[in-house]
Amino acid sequence: MNKYMERLWNGLIKENPTFVLMLGMCPTLAVTTSAMNGLGMGLTTTVVLVMSNLIISLLRKVIPDKVRIPAYIVIIASFVTVVELLLEGFLPSLYSALGIYIPLIVVNCIILGRAESYASKNKPAESVFDGIGMGLGFTLGLTSIGMVREILGAGQLFGLQILPSSYEGVTIFVLAPGAFFVLALLTALQNRMRKKKGKAAIVSRCGEGCLGCTNTGCSGKIQEEAK
Amino acid sequence: MKELIIIAIGAALVNNVVLSQFLGLCPFLGVSKKIETAAGMGGAIIFVITLSSAITSLIYTFILEKTNLTYLRTIVFILVIAALVQFVEMFLKKSMPGLYQSLGVFLPLITTNCAVLGVAITNVQKEYNLLQSVVNGFATALGFTISIVILAGLRERMEYNDVPESFKGMPIVLITAGLMAIAFFGFSGLI
Repeated sequence: MNKYMERLWNGLIKENPTFVLMLGMCPTLAVTTSAMNGLGMGLTTTVVLVMSNLIISLLRKVIPDKVRIPAYIVIIASFVTVVELLLEGFLPSLYSALGIYIPLIVVNCIILGRAESYASKNKPAESVFDGIGMGLGFTLGLTSIGMVREILGAGQLFGLQILPSSYEGVTIFVLAPGAFFVLALLTALQNRMRKKKGKAAIVSRCGEGCLGCTNTGCSGKIQEEAK
Repeated sequence: MKELIIIAIGAALVNNVVLSQFLGLCPFLGVSKKIETAAGMGGAIIFVITLSSAITSLIYTFILEKTNLTYLRTIVFILVIAALVQFVEMFLKKSMPGLYQSLGVFLPLITTNCAVLGVAITNVQKEYNLLQSVVNGFATALGFTISIVILAGLRERMEYNDVPESFKGMPIVLITAGLMAIAFFGFSGLI
């Protein structure tokens, strides 16, 4: 496996931002009312993540260390604004479905976390692949949560009826509490699988607020590898 | 006046910022192990969100709208909030050491909390004026404090319960939050 494939694998499975690192919880729970919304949010975040990783990696020798966080935030916020305007212009239905959560991509832990722990230390090509991997991992997480909620809540998948029409949707899964329940069950399932393999249980690392990302919190293994 | 009360109840209880809008979820899950710390976090959030609602509302009406730069709001707001939190921290440290002692540790954690930016953007999207923005900000933060303190109370009790092995840690906290969200649905008839 070469280093680019390793980055993709790392983001998708090994350090999946949703299930393993438990980052970016706000959009994860808020927009996953359907698989389509989850996919849309995931891909939007991926675009921002790839672009910001690329630019931050290119500028990594120019940005002074002391003001790096504000500089990263400005770069990220600019791309979010670009993406927001593009979505408003070309995909108005997705734009209105995601609503306030589009500008809030700025404060998504994953993006600042990757900027700080990976893009600021590595070459542009690798940073782009890191962004793609992490972004797709996030998309995978959001889409699968969205799929579970949509099937249970409405009997549909990507808007298509897949369960027999006699199935009455459990509406609670499309509403706010369902988001908490689905994520709880998915995490518990994963804890169980990890326990069988003798690994530690999943711990949310975003306890310190999103600023925790810039520390060792979110970056975990990457930080150790860098040393 | 009636309109302000409706905004306040709506923001604090009906559309609770964490339980129905999922903003500020990180501190909600992370800093809710003890009631005292949860209340401290809530206090800091009330302080920062109320102040930032006022300032972002002023900046939006008097600078961004006047110069037709409203599309820059995300960038401007996040920088203003980051700077504001820094200033508040420095100010409290110098002039009110007592308050700093109780709120200080939480302030740096709030900088990129999505609830703060979320409230600022909601104020703009709903075209609230200065007073409405401040009321909305304060009530939203109060709603956050109410829910984080309740969750902390529940978690303190849960310490002594026998939770199934796989559900220990995050999963059981998420289930608790889900049940709280159902309970908060009860408020939806209020307005």
